[in-house]
Amino acid sequence: MYTYRKYYRPYIGPFDPCPPLPYRSYETPPQLYLGFQPYNLPQNSPQDALRTGTLWPDLFAPYPNPYKVPTSEEGGEQD
Amino acid sequence: MTEKQSSNNESTQAYYTLLKQIQALDFVLVELTLYLDTHPEDTQAIQQFNTTSLQSNQLKQQYQQLYGPLYQFGASPSGTPWNWKDAPWPWQV
Amino acid sequence: MWIYEKKLQYPVRVNKCDPRMAKYLIEQYGGADGELAAALRYLNQRYTLPEKVIGLVNDIGTEELSHLEMIATMVYKLTKDATAEQMKEAGLGAHYASHDKALFFNDASGNPFSATYFTAKGDPIADLYEDIAAEEKARATYQWLINMTDDTDLIDSLTFLREREIIHSQRFREAVEIIKEDQSTKKIF
Repeated sequence: MYTYRKYYRPYIGPFDPCPPLPYRSYETPPQLYLGFQPYNLPQNSPQDALRTGTLWPDLFAPYPNPYKVPTSEEGGEQD
Repeated sequence: MTEKQSSNNESTQAYYTLLKQIQALDFVLVELTLYLDTHPEDTQAIQQFNTTSLQSNQLKQQYQQLYGPLYQFGASPSGTPWNWKDAPWPWQV
Repeated sequence: MWIYEKKLQYPVRVNKCDPRMAKYLIEQYGGADGELAAALRYLNQRYTLPEKVIGLVNDIGTEELSHLEMIATMVYKLTKDATAEQMKEAGLGAHYASHDKALFFNDASGNPFSATYFTAKGDPIADLYEDIAAEEKARATYQWLINMTDDTDLIDSLTFLREREIIHSQRFREAVEIIKEDQSTKKIF
């Protein structure tokens, strides 16, 4: 089990001029975990394949703008 | 925006619908091509590739009769007069 | 040779005239991790990579050309009806002075495209690892571009292109496994 987005808390310096961001995130999409793609993975329909950008849901990673995702959704993009 | 302006124009809608069906099938073919480049022995995927290729060709024949050639250099037949050069180009639709 | 297909790989829509976003998107047209660099990098590697992976780099290189066309389409649509004044306000005054609305292969800061964006090392592992890194960098660029716009149509197309970087990275990773493996052993993991 893994998430496509990881979070960390950046160090907050006493003289940082901008209001500190509570956390920063980075992406860890599925190609980092799949290994050599196995045969017969479940497939999207052609329309859904085009819409999502891949024929295989296992290789799909959504990308919501992290500056627009409320912090309560932290860790909410579980596979 | 073309689609918004002409959203009640049935023939325009039909154009976009058919184009998108072709794009979807051809996208499956792109995906299967890259997959088969690294999985050349997956016979089931090869079968799916061949079936999808046939389906795509059928839709393209239909498209080309209505909207003109999709391919240059003789891979598509031409209408008279020569209609390969006709707008719209892909970045215009 | 190549045969042009008179359609985009994926429908590109934008819902507002936004030359400023075009200025940023040009990063993926003529920038270091952009689609032109990707296409040329892979198509150039074909000649010297081991035979087992030539097909893959040939095909990914070809797909990149269709992505270049998608980016060009976005830039074209975002600037098509912009006035000289709007171009200036969007930070495209310098571009306009030299090119009017013509697309130019440069990055978002105006640096012209350069062949130094790829290395062509001739070592299959070095070259394929460069390819994987290039895909991850392009994926990141798409993320930063998505973060800078609220045009949902544009986000839709950029999200598609980002996902393609993921798939290409996956395939290049498999290519590494293919050339690592002994000819006589089966790859299963």
